[in-house]
Amino acid sequence: MKIKVKWALLTMIFTIATVLTGCEPLLVLDPKGPQAKTQADDIMLSILLMSGIVIAVLAILVYVLVKYRASNQKDDYEPPHIEGSPLVEAICIGIPIVIVIFLSFVSVKSNYEVEATPAGYEDTKPLIVYASSSNWKWHFSYPEEGIETVNYLYIPAGRAIEFKLYSYGPITSFWIPQLGGQKYAMADMVTTLHLAADNPGEFVGRNANFSGAGFAENTFDVTAMSQTDFDEWVDEVHETAEPLTEEKFEELLEPGHLGRSTYTGTHLEFAPAPEHNHGSTDSEMDHSEHENHDSNHSEEESDHSHH
Amino acid sequence: MDFFDRFAVPHPSFLIYASMVGIGLTMVAIVLGITYFKKWGYLWREWITTVDHKRIGIMYLLVALLMLFRGGVDAIMMRYQLSMPDNKFLESQHYNEVFTTHGVVMILFMAMPFITFFFNYLIPLQIGARDVAFPRLNALSFWLFFMGMGLFNISFIVGGSPDAGWTSYFPLANNEFSPSVGTNYYMIAIQIAGMGTLISGINFITTILKMRAPGMKLMKMPMFTWSAFIANVIVVFAFPVLTVLLAMGTMDRLFGTNFFTTGDGGMDMLWANLFWVWGHPEVYILILPAFGLYSEIISTFARRNLYGYKSMVASMVVISVFSFLVWTHHFFTMGQGAFTNSIFSITTMAIAIPTGVKIFNWLFTLWKGKIVFTTPMLYSMLFIPLFTLGGVTGVMLAMSAADYQYHNTMFLVAHFHNVIIPGVVYAMIAGLTFYWPKMFGFMLNERIGKWTAWIMSVGFVLAFIPMYITGLDGQARRMYTYSESTGFSMLNMVAFIGAGIMAISFALLVYNIYYSIRYASRDIGSDPWDARSLEWATHTPVPEYNFAITPQVASTQGFWDAKKNGHELFKGKYEKIHMPNNSGWPFILGCIFFVFGFAMVFSIWPLAIVTLIGILVCLVYRSFEKDHGRYISVEEIEETEAKLRGVKNEDR
Repeated sequence: MKIKVKWALLTMIFTIATVLTGCEPLLVLDPKGPQAKTQADDIMLSILLMSGIVIAVLAILVYVLVKYRASNQKDDYEPPHIEGSPLVEAICIGIPIVIVIFLSFVSVKSNYEVEATPAGYEDTKPLIVYASSSNWKWHFSYPEEGIETVNYLYIPAGRAIEFKLYSYGPITSFWIPQLGGQKYAMADMVTTLHLAADNPGEFVGRNANFSGAGFAENTFDVTAMSQTDFDEWVDEVHETAEPLTEEKFEELLEPGHLGRSTYTGTHLEFAPAPEHNHGSTDSEMDHSEHENHDSNHSEEESDHSHH
Repeated sequence: MDFFDRFAVPHPSFLIYASMVGIGLTMVAIVLGITYFKKWGYLWREWITTVDHKRIGIMYLLVALLMLFRGGVDAIMMRYQLSMPDNKFLESQHYNEVFTTHGVVMILFMAMPFITFFFNYLIPLQIGARDVAFPRLNALSFWLFFMGMGLFNISFIVGGSPDAGWTSYFPLANNEFSPSVGTNYYMIAIQIAGMGTLISGINFITTILKMRAPGMKLMKMPMFTWSAFIANVIVVFAFPVLTVLLAMGTMDRLFGTNFFTTGDGGMDMLWANLFWVWGHPEVYILILPAFGLYSEIISTFARRNLYGYKSMVASMVVISVFSFLVWTHHFFTMGQGAFTNSIFSITTMAIAIPTGVKIFNWLFTLWKGKIVFTTPMLYSMLFIPLFTLGGVTGVMLAMSAADYQYHNTMFLVAHFHNVIIPGVVYAMIAGLTFYWPKMFGFMLNERIGKWTAWIMSVGFVLAFIPMYITGLDGQARRMYTYSESTGFSMLNMVAFIGAGIMAISFALLVYNIYYSIRYASRDIGSDPWDARSLEWATHTPVPEYNFAITPQVASTQGFWDAKKNGHELFKGKYEKIHMPNNSGWPFILGCIFFVFGFAMVFSIWPLAIVTLIGILVCLVYRSFEKDHGRYISVEEIEETEAKLRGVKNEDR
């Protein structure tokens, strides 16, 4: 009976392995930019190292289980009393320490890499994009180009991109797996994520942090293109798109899902990102923030009336 | 009208109505059954008012098994919903409620009572005590926990379940984005249950420090008691953080304070930080007692003493300290910068070192042993490789740069299930099988038990290994659906099949209990496993006073010494035994807390004030109550002992 179960287990593992190899490469392990490459390298390195540990533990376990099982021993065998040995235990502590020290070096090095301008693009002038989320959309503002898009992102390939992330509502997480790992967007501060795409291409992006009923569909499309194409697109937007008014933006913020849309101008002009210091007082805020503040108040009041 | 609207389920569905009817009918059936068999008096005298640690333990066990069922149904619903792209089985809101309750129920109302069951049942027996230090408080702990559990569980039929995730991050969990009362239930039910846990933490620390048998120095305690001691120290340090956190969250939701709001000086990230300052140690509160149980089981069935006792204890102490130094790794992606992330990345990986020591010590315990494959041992041997897999993926997650890719994905979900299921759940079932004969006087069937272990492991591998893969392919957690083009469907179907197989194994566990009740031999003596520590030195069934004579021990395995080395455990003669009286007050106080909680959830202030006064009155009454307990006379002890020995002799 046990043998049958073991075979079933083995068959299943092989099935999973076959399924795996038959598929497209996994997004995270198919990086299209330097940050994602750093992360994929770390992941592969740790998978290899960790597989070694799992196999070693499994081998020792199987060995002792076979060698010392009662049915393989004499009936009168009395196991000895062994308290422990400082040397053996020191080795058992030493090996993990060495592995952890090694991984710590890798981890710290990668931390500084992913938090800086992507390797290889340090001498490009980074494109700054403000990516803000609202339930359940993404708004991309290009302050230097003076345009704004909803739910889609065009970026030049071969150039550093600096995303400034914040949220109109719950904490969300901005994630384009093939370009690099995610970062939170929050309502009362701006976080920065450095990414770059090596070549033109299309990628999926999404909010990875649960944010309520419309979370599953909170996605966006990313297209990386040459700098020339990007410039052409910007010009085209200026010629064709409508300007983003405050009323229009308020409308966009309403909870729900929307398709793609494009505007000239950005909402940053009338609703700046929360880049001020956390403890700032009202007097430091400009007029438009006052209005925002007031509208928040009235919203809160209406909440209170629910009680 | 508004007032009554709040009691309605905000997103009703056929499933919810069906469960309402089901719950209603079950309640009626239970009440009628108890009345028909005239068991109300028995229930009140023997169970509801009991202060006996063994009975309180068994009540914890019943709750844990019930909640395992409920959390398991939630899990199956989720896996079925995701088994196919664009599945219409659950809509988004319902799915969100299901995963939120699955998380809360499994951690706080399944795993916690399961380990508390072991604390209650085993600690006094392992240290040779007659009860815990504060028996009445112990009953209060249980009833507070029970009422919190009950309050949380009625949410899905009265007013709606919480839907902001078991982590309930603000601002999502605030009124603006979670307007139903669901999150009020979360805040208040966990608060009430958490008070019970905190009280029992203090109780067990005191019990272990003050009530050990003569000769049992700290470094001669059985390993489970050590693990329980450390886990309860963590409880006492970590749970106050949860208490404060939930109080702040409650005030934000009910009284309009601004601790976690996004404007007016509130800080939403503060919730995430405080939550994990409690939440990460909580993980170790669960896993350390599981390690303790594995140590007992592996040592017993390797027929050897535990290898490296001192380093086992030291590693648990180190883990308990580090458990408070790693909370930021739950949100490496919050933007705190490379330096902070590096520090927490290193502290997190460092936890792998003491954990690795424990794995090696178990392997060395097997070395030169004489290994018997019983069901508890089989679970332990499946635990070692599966838990190692979960542990090393934890090290992978600890690499913060790479974590930007794992965070919030199914990879993470796979990881924590991979540590919690083989780590905690296997330990609970192994421990339950191991101690079943001590509690109920017969063994669970070994053949069915081993099948259960294997089937559960097959199901586990199928259910969770695919999640590592879909996580790396970009499947975020907590998505109620996905489109065909993502390519997640095949592996999610495998995961659903795995979950189904796990469900079969749990059904088999229940069948095993039924089968063994009917057919198992009652002639098993008091030491059926040839075990090593004090809990096996007393009779089965364990008399109310545990030990007629307080045992004297000289090593970590007192009972083994008595069996093999002629150590005399029970010296002296019978003396009258002082025992605490039963009391109905803990139950009554628990009931008032339940009503108070309900009133708070629905903001019914007059009722909340009245019940709050009721709670205070109960506390004041207790302060002035005179109850010095009672004595069991020597004759009574002699009679009980003779009877317990007699039963065994007759059987033989």
